[in-house]
This record gives sequence, C-alpha cells and structure tokens, in this order.
Amino acid sequence: MFKPIADWLVYELIGLSPENRLGEALNFFIWDTMKIFFMMLVVIFMVSYVRSYLPPQRVRRFLSQKLPVVGNIFAAGIGVATPFCTCSAIPLFIGFIEAGVPLGVTFSFLVSAPMVNEVALILLIALVGWKVALIYLGTGLVVAVVSGLVIGWLRPDRFLQDHVRNIHFGEVEEKQWSQRERLRYAVAYTRDILKRIWLFIVIGIAVGAFIHGYIPGDIILRFSSQSTLWGVPTAVLLGVPLYAGAAGAIPIVTALLEKGLPLGTALAFLMAVTALSLPEFIILRQVMKTRLILIFAGILTVSIILTGYLFNFVV
Amino acid sequence: MKIEILGMGCPKCNQVEKTTKQIVSEMALDAEVVKVTDIKKIASYGAPMTPGVVIDGKLVHSDGTVPDKARLTTLIVNALASQD
Repeated sequence: MFKPIADWLVYELIGLSPENRLGEALNFFIWDTMKIFFMMLVVIFMVSYVRSYLPPQRVRRFLSQKLPVVGNIFAAGIGVATPFCTCSAIPLFIGFIEAGVPLGVTFSFLVSAPMVNEVALILLIALVGWKVALIYLGTGLVVAVVSGLVIGWLRPDRFLQDHVRNIHFGEVEEKQWSQRERLRYAVAYTRDILKRIWLFIVIGIAVGAFIHGYIPGDIILRFSSQSTLWGVPTAVLLGVPLYAGAAGAIPIVTALLEKGLPLGTALAFLMAVTALSLPEFIILRQVMKTRLILIFAGILTVSIILTGYLFNFVV
Repeated sequence: MKIEILGMGCPKCNQVEKTTKQIVSEMALDAEVVKVTDIKKIASYGAPMTPGVVIDGKLVHSDGTVPDKARLTTLIVNALASQD
C-alpha cells in the first residue's frame, strides 16, 4: 500500500530514476519508514489496550502461585506484553519478591520483558518476514525460561541485598478502568514509545537503506567465512553498549542479513542489544548483590551465544 | 498541596519533575514539588511502576507511561477539585 507513494515521491516528485542507486536507496528508505511507523502505531496501540487488562497487581498474584517450570513459561509470556524499562525494573522486582514469586520465575520475566517485545517483533515482521520474527519470539522465550530455571536452581535468595525483604508495598485498591481510561492509556503509551524510539528507527532504516543500496552483496560472506566461530561472541559484545538504540539496530541487522550475515549471528546480536544492558545491571545493584548480577549476566550471555551457534551451525 | 514524583533517577522521572514544576509556577499554585528516590518510600505508596505521581499522599499516576503536561495538569486539577 505504501510502495506507490514511495515510488511517486522519489521517481515522480524528486525525479530520480529507479536505476539510480540514490533513487533506489531513497525509495527503500521512504517505503520502509511509512510501513514501519504505520504498523507501530496500530500494533503498539492494540498491545497497550490489551495490557490495560493486565495490571501489575494481577500479574503478581498470578505468578506467585509457585508452579515450577509452568511459572517460568507464564512469566516469560507475560514479559512479551509488559512495558519495561530500566526505571521500572526495581519496583516491579520488589513487588514480585514481596508477593512470593519465586526468584527464578522473576528472572524469566526480567529477561523476556526487554528482549521479546512488540516493537522488536513488528520491526522483524515488517523487514525480514514472519518466519524470522517467530524464530526470534520462540528462541527469546526459550532463553528466558531456561535462564530463569537455571538461576532458580542456584537458590539465588542468598544473593539479594539484605534490605529488600524489609520493603513493603503500600496497599492500593485495584481500580476498575473504564473503556475511556483504557483508550487513554493506550494512546498515551503509544505516543510515549514512539516519541522515545522514532529517531533510532529512522536512523536505523536510513543506515539499512544505505547498506541495501551501496554495500556489495558478498561483503559479509567474505568477512564471516574467515571468522564463523568468533562471529557470534563478537556480535554479542557489540550489542551490549547499544541498549538505548535497540529499535534502530533491527533495520541495520536486516540489511546485513540480506548481505549474507548468518541468521544465528543476527539473532544473538539483537538479543544482546535488548537483554544485556549495563545501565539496567547497575540499577539492579540496589536490590541484588553483585554476584547475583554477574550470574544473571553470565547465564544470559551463554544462552544467547548458544542460540547464535544453534542457528548458524545446526539449523 | 504536596506533589511527590516517584522515580529512582531515570531521565523520564526527571522530565516529569520538570514539567510538574513548570505547571505549578504557571498556575501559581501553592504547592511543593518533591522528588522521591528512596525505593522504600516509593514502594510504600504502592507504585508498581515509575515514574509515579503522588498528590497529598495519594498515588494518582503509575501506569508506566510518562505523563505529559496536559495529563499532569488534569491530575493536579482533579486533586484540587477533590480538596474542596
């Protein structure tokens, strides 16, 4: 639906030829940008509307039922539809602990909430297609469940900061939302998210369009055939400092996939960008001892690297 | 009136504090704007997500979004109305 508009803008209005490299890159950029922002608007709005039926109190109650494994799976699933930012991590975390949610389950949530979310999924569907988006969703959930299970098995309660148990949540009555309030929340949330990420996405698409139009097709194959083994860990390391620009990383990775970047390396990179974030680990220091944070980061890193290898060498 | 902004020092929460102060001075309200960064205190208000807004001891915003100027104004006006 947006392709004709992009064609008209670039080839008619600006007057570039479709054979021209600049024309092709510009066309690609405009088309992608329109497509992605349209999908973002629609999907983020819908997800946040649905989320208004999932207030934190309800999630907490639900997860505190202490079901082994099933609890981790639910926690990872809820994480997909839950808003999450480093600022919200602590109150949510403490709320979970106080409600008696097992720590392993809490970690499954802490992994899945930032890593698998509607923004990443929309970008993957729009740019790469359903298949890769589903693979990302599936492996993301598996990584979240497995990391939570392993951490739970290590009895991590000993590594919480001592004051955590003394924090108590005030009672707030669970208010009944009217339809009007749900819509208001969905609009506010959609605007919030878009305001925060639009620039990253535009830059990401622009870089992606540049790669698409100007970088020779076999460049990555040439580079990665020499370093297949190191590709995945390197991608993970590169991903850590990019946390803030997670939304912008996807269009760039997409363009690189087209140029021969192995799927596993791409998945590992995206997971590292979204799930491994230094600022978040620093904030978690307020409730966890450093050892627990290192265990958390370590298990997450290992599972992400394994995911990368799995898709590069096995699948 | 006492307006407390709950947040552990992230940029979003600082922005809410700034906007609130702006509204208070524009409306010439007799209100004190305080930033609350202590997690014990944030939890005691029952705020599940930050940034949170507490007016006169009552939690009025904590749904995970950053309230903009219009929203904050509404919250403050509502609180004023319920005072009378």
